[in-house]
Amino acid sequence: MKPRRLAIHATLLLAALVVLFPFAWITAAAFKRQIALLTGQLLFTPTLRNFASVLDPTSSDYSRNFANSLVIATASTALVLLVGTLAAYALRHMAWPRWVGHSLLGWSALFQMLPPITVAGAWYEMFRFAGLDNTYLGLVLAHATLNLPMVLWMMLAFVRDVPGELLEAARLDGASSRQVFARVVVPLVRPGLAAAGILAFIFSWNEFLVTLLLSQQQTATVPIAIGKYAQQNTIDYTGMAAAAVLATVPAVLLLLGAQRLIVRGLTAGALK
Amino acid sequence: MVTLARRAATRPRGEFWWRCAALGPAVALFALLTVLPIVLLVALSLNRIQWSGGHAIWSFVGLRNFVALGADALLQASLRNTLIFALSAVTLQMLLGLGLALLTGAVVRGRTTYRVVFMLPILLPGIVIGAIWKLMYSFDFGIINIALAGLGITPQDWLGEPALALGSVVAVDVWHWTPFCYLLLLAGLEALPRDVYEAAAIDGAGAWSTFRHVTLPLLAPTLAVTFVFRAILAFKVFDEIYLLTGGGPGTATEVLSFTVYRRFFTEDRAGYGAAMALAIFVLIAVLASGAMLAARRRAR
Repeated sequence: MKPRRLAIHATLLLAALVVLFPFAWITAAAFKRQIALLTGQLLFTPTLRNFASVLDPTSSDYSRNFANSLVIATASTALVLLVGTLAAYALRHMAWPRWVGHSLLGWSALFQMLPPITVAGAWYEMFRFAGLDNTYLGLVLAHATLNLPMVLWMMLAFVRDVPGELLEAARLDGASSRQVFARVVVPLVRPGLAAAGILAFIFSWNEFLVTLLLSQQQTATVPIAIGKYAQQNTIDYTGMAAAAVLATVPAVLLLLGAQRLIVRGLTAGALK
Repeated sequence: MVTLARRAATRPRGEFWWRCAALGPAVALFALLTVLPIVLLVALSLNRIQWSGGHAIWSFVGLRNFVALGADALLQASLRNTLIFALSAVTLQMLLGLGLALLTGAVVRGRTTYRVVFMLPILLPGIVIGAIWKLMYSFDFGIINIALAGLGITPQDWLGEPALALGSVVAVDVWHWTPFCYLLLLAGLEALPRDVYEAAAIDGAGAWSTFRHVTLPLLAPTLAVTFVFRAILAFKVFDEIYLLTGGGPGTATEVLSFTVYRRFFTEDRAGYGAAMALAIFVLIAVLASGAMLAARRRAR
């Protein structure tokens, strides 16, 4: 029995290495001088120069991109949680005809599977027409829409677990529907809000294609900044590595701090 | 359902407005930012849009944009590449994900740690994953070629050689999304009934025959659903390829999202690009509704 378990752990460790090594490799590159990277030196003296130049507001837009990403990801997450939770509550606990729920959920599942490029062209024309291109509001709306199917789906799973008797009891005590939502439903689905919120934040933070089309210098986010490195004639690889490593900070922190919630979120509704 | 409806009917009128206010924002967001764009795409696709003095000039061309899709060699290449990409990447992801899930399910200690590590790639920005692998694959200083040189094997131009590029991009996608299959399959494994395994153990079934005759049949629905949905989602790929190859060399890694992007934005052919986007919309809609119907029938 013992050697079998050893073999299993060895295989899993190898897989973990395959996952972690590329990440470690780019982190190392972020601390290398360009010359050390280009000559393939495996042993090198670490330098903070790449981070310093990426974060220096006089030579790079990165700190502004970072702030933009924080603002857009936070605002779009707040918006999509509010919209998604209200809708999940409405569909589960209010007397809407069945076809309303079916068509809304069917459409949202389809939209979730659609490559964003299919609607991105139309968004570009619409946002330009409405003056929403290159604005925070436009990007917040776009990101919230992209995340709405996932949040709606997850919140439906959590709202379903709220016992109907509890809501009925609150109503008999004279609470209005609005109060039932704010005082009973929201506190009970807090883990769901946390799970959906973390994933919505991360996916908004990571979003590239739609932001590329709807933003310019003032509103560009972190992924756009990294994408720009690939467009240069001579790529500043170590700068790109430093920018990329900084871009992963929120995801890594959230993963270490809330992995249970993330697993719950990613698998919610998947096993029905 | 009936009692709920009756109760709702006896509630005061303010309730109706609250019902609308609760569902309204989601309906509005979907209507304005998902339905309206599709309508706009239909309008665009029937026209040729040219720019003159900052104004768009629409000229009606009927279905000519759709007819032109059939003769677009780049579109044919990207459709072919996308299909190869989706099927090969997702097949590998399923096999690796299932293997890792089975192994993780067999250990007690370290299960949480493995899960955290394996989850990392899902949460990284696609563009960062592109940056990571651009460094790994680099012809001159990538670790893969350094390692191959150390073993006495000729270094390869992983992203620049047409015969290798698509495979290299598939490998990156496998690295990115195997964790997702892994998580879903591990959750599926953990949800299987214990007593069947006890029965199999009492009958003296070995590890392989337990897997072959108990786990696999029980897990088959989860496997099928995960495969189909991952394959459809693989059509979304853009970010990594944008950074790694930009669709090249030639059309070796050109995928659907890239072709639409090129036609609609780079070449500024909004009408033709819209027709292409709509064709992809219809393709995904057919695949997705077929998959959803099959999944529902199976669940019943």
